[in-house]
Amino acid sequence: MTALTDLTIAGMKAGLAKRDFSAAELTAAHLTAMAGARGLNAFIVETPEIATAQAAAADAALARGEAKPLAGIPIGIKDLFCTEGVQTTAGSKILEGFIPQYESTVSGKLLGDGAVMLGKLNMDEFAMGSSNETSAYGKVISPWKAQNSNRELVPGGSSGGSAAAVAARIAAGATGTDTGGSIRQPAAFVGISGIKPTYGRCSRWGVVAFASSLDQAGPMARTVEDCALLLTSMCGYDAKDSTSLNVPVPDFAAGLTGDLRGKRVGVPKEYRLDGMDATIAKLWDQGLEWLKAAGATIVDVSLPHTKYALPAYYIIAPAEASSNLARYDGVRYGLRVTPPGGNLADMYSATRAAGFGAEVKRRIMIGTYVLSAGYYDAYYTQAQRVRALIARDFEQAWAHCDLLLTPTAPSAAFAFGDKADPLAMYLNDVFTVPSSLAGLPAMSVPAGLSADGLPLGLQIIGKPLDEAGVLDAGLAIERAAAFTARP
Amino acid sequence: MSVDDATVRKIARLARIGIAEAQVPALAGELSAILGWIAQLGEVDTTGIAPMTAVIPNHLAWRADAVTDGDVQGKVLANAPDATSGFFAVPKVIE
Repeated sequence: MTALTDLTIAGMKAGLAKRDFSAAELTAAHLTAMAGARGLNAFIVETPEIATAQAAAADAALARGEAKPLAGIPIGIKDLFCTEGVQTTAGSKILEGFIPQYESTVSGKLLGDGAVMLGKLNMDEFAMGSSNETSAYGKVISPWKAQNSNRELVPGGSSGGSAAAVAARIAAGATGTDTGGSIRQPAAFVGISGIKPTYGRCSRWGVVAFASSLDQAGPMARTVEDCALLLTSMCGYDAKDSTSLNVPVPDFAAGLTGDLRGKRVGVPKEYRLDGMDATIAKLWDQGLEWLKAAGATIVDVSLPHTKYALPAYYIIAPAEASSNLARYDGVRYGLRVTPPGGNLADMYSATRAAGFGAEVKRRIMIGTYVLSAGYYDAYYTQAQRVRALIARDFEQAWAHCDLLLTPTAPSAAFAFGDKADPLAMYLNDVFTVPSSLAGLPAMSVPAGLSADGLPLGLQIIGKPLDEAGVLDAGLAIERAAAFTARP
Repeated sequence: MSVDDATVRKIARLARIGIAEAQVPALAGELSAILGWIAQLGEVDTTGIAPMTAVIPNHLAWRADAVTDGDVQGKVLANAPDATSGFFAVPKVIE
């Protein structure tokens, strides 16, 4: 029999329904795996008591025949989601010890559907990072190693704890959040799937804010179907989020076919960068062949403003962050540092100096600068104009195609310290940021291995609200790639 | 775009982030590099393009003008670094 921790969420649901095993056994197996993999540092807080109680409740519901869709499924929650009564830090020292008095809408929906919470997953501080090196609670280590190398690798970021836990079979699935690629890039780095839905599909209420016009929650899991199962639970209108979309949520898993007949898949030429890694370029071509075999037609398209997406992002996201993070002032919650004899202003600056890490400070300062008098129009307004052009590029592409296929990241996972220069780190998000700026649904699916045996992902981008189309293309790639490598 | 030491001190003050004098030159270098890279946006012709205000077009929902929350003083103060007599307490502001 397959180990319980190796099952997919769909497999767990089937086994629980048939009573092949109990939710208590399933949760116990994952708690054992979690305890055995502490070296990865994937969790900031483990919640075994909560998980055990939730599993017992799931077993009772299963016995009564009243089980909800995710009854007994053990998942991890990224530490950006407020969880009632359980510490939520966003990976920052400034929120150490913060115990939310309420539950975020998305985590509440998952738990309401019967999911079991194993704990809170480590992440880059305030989701600012692509490697998990900025967490105040220590870096997350990828369960993967390159062939013939013993160097520890990054799990990607910012949802690195989520990625590592799911890849290492500690959690069946996890919540992630994606501002510029924070679900898709870590999913690609550890060989799992992850989808960022259309901006507004998942409520942001109770999710610690980084850049509000970009932040979007989404699931990470080992199969496309499992992502669809979690996504259906996570999506939905929420009056408490003013940008929440009041549109029906389909049953994404039930609608999955992997059939792409009649679909046109665009290949944006601007994504074929000079000096692109040959293995990644080849995998991209292979992916197009796979989609063709599933019935799609391949068309060349152009997204002319692609090269300006990253610089626009690094104005807009820090600008919004500098405003959102102004709330951490040591008054109402979080860390407070009071210099002897200091006044209120001294308390603010000492608290923020001690509570924020280097990358967060850097981004707040960039955001403060681009919003300051005399620079606002040249930087911020211009970036929002370029953002409109980037969104228009996609709209024009949709006249010729239904989906886009690109690599998820320009490289496989790198080692700690390899991208010490902030700019080099930012450039790792080159393929994921444009669709974030346009609010489009996009997912990463594992498709192959690099020359030294590390996972590589392909990214599918869809039209607004066409998560179903994105998931179908993801399933077609998953079936064709038959990616079975594991850490 | 080059950021000098005085500008770094000014931004840090606006952002209410205390920085040690020894950190200023390094921060000036990092911020200059990032802002220099961002400056390429200036080459994009955006004449007649309105800045994006909504990612996905959406109407702001109205709700009834009714009290929906409140009477949770204990919860509001639960995470306060210093709560006194049902209020947030801060260091003295007026000397």
